[in-house]
Amino acid sequence: MTTQYTRQGEFWTGVKDTFPLVLGATPFGIIFGAVAVTGGLSPAAAIGMSVLVFAGSSQFIGAGLFAQGVGIGVIIITTFVVNLRHALYGASLAPYVKRLSHRWLLPLGFWLTDETYAVVIRRYQQPDESPYKHWYHLGSSVFMYTNWQFWTIVGVVAGQQFTGLAKLGLDFALVVTFIGIVVPLLVTRPMLACTVVAAVVAVLANGLPNKLGLMVAALAGIAAGMLVETVLNRHAARNAKLFESRQSPSFPANR
Amino acid sequence: MNELLLILGMALVTFGVRYPMLAIIGRLRLPDTALRALRYVPVAVLTAITVPAMLMPEGTMDIRPGNSYLIGGIIAALVAWRSKNLLLTIVVGMAAFLAWRAVVGSV
Repeated sequence: MTTQYTRQGEFWTGVKDTFPLVLGATPFGIIFGAVAVTGGLSPAAAIGMSVLVFAGSSQFIGAGLFAQGVGIGVIIITTFVVNLRHALYGASLAPYVKRLSHRWLLPLGFWLTDETYAVVIRRYQQPDESPYKHWYHLGSSVFMYTNWQFWTIVGVVAGQQFTGLAKLGLDFALVVTFIGIVVPLLVTRPMLACTVVAAVVAVLANGLPNKLGLMVAALAGIAAGMLVETVLNRHAARNAKLFESRQSPSFPANR
Repeated sequence: MNELLLILGMALVTFGVRYPMLAIIGRLRLPDTALRALRYVPVAVLTAITVPAMLMPEGTMDIRPGNSYLIGGIIAALVAWRSKNLLLTIVVGMAAFLAWRAVVGSV
């Protein structure tokens, strides 16, 4: 049986698979809108930031620092550092999108988020030959984007009505979403090593300025995963060789 | 005016990080080591965001039972581990967090 892949089918599957992540991002969008306007951004600027920047954590940091009167140059550099992880995502997705034209790559690049990356990389890595996996990517991106705009506006309106909304602790939604993505991936020893080292380094390096600790921890985790993978592979190779050398004398006789 | 500069600047650097790797690196052939490294990216980055948010929600290490981020996170991780279901993890984790925070939580 062969499955018939269609552009529309891929697009809507992308939307469907992104739904849990959209759910996780929703309270975050409300909180951003509310925090931004209570912190002193105009409603238009809060919404404009969601439309043009579209990067949750750096929007929070940007709005927060702006409210504290930090200079715009510093905020922009901080945004750059906080978003550096997207370069890793981009590099990870790049091999799968290299045949696409810039008409596709420009919007897909603009819409790249933690959530869409997490969903889409799984689709790209599936072995089937669907020629329309980028439509899945598009569906995920468009859903995340429209949802973020909608809830930002809700948050802006709510923030103008009620004070204290920001203290509800809805920021936990992001944490719980990431936990739900990462934990099921921890099925091999290299992945476990990666997560443990990234966790420890992230906590130790938390005091570094401009969220640099995040990059340091991520790189340490990647290095740990690769190291354990290499050691295990060598070990496996050596065992295989040992096995072979034990077996080999009998091989000619068996033939 | 300041707001406009802020938004345009942030938009520019964000796009400047996202787009080039996606569009340009794809045209090059990456060495095998780089491809291997990229498989660890999601786990490494998301762990590095999540764990400090659980252990130090207010910037310093807090492993008291009053830390709802820690308790909620542990419950979410258990649900994720047993069920491998993202939606269930979000719903149960969020409920556990809010309940814990309302009843015992100080943070």
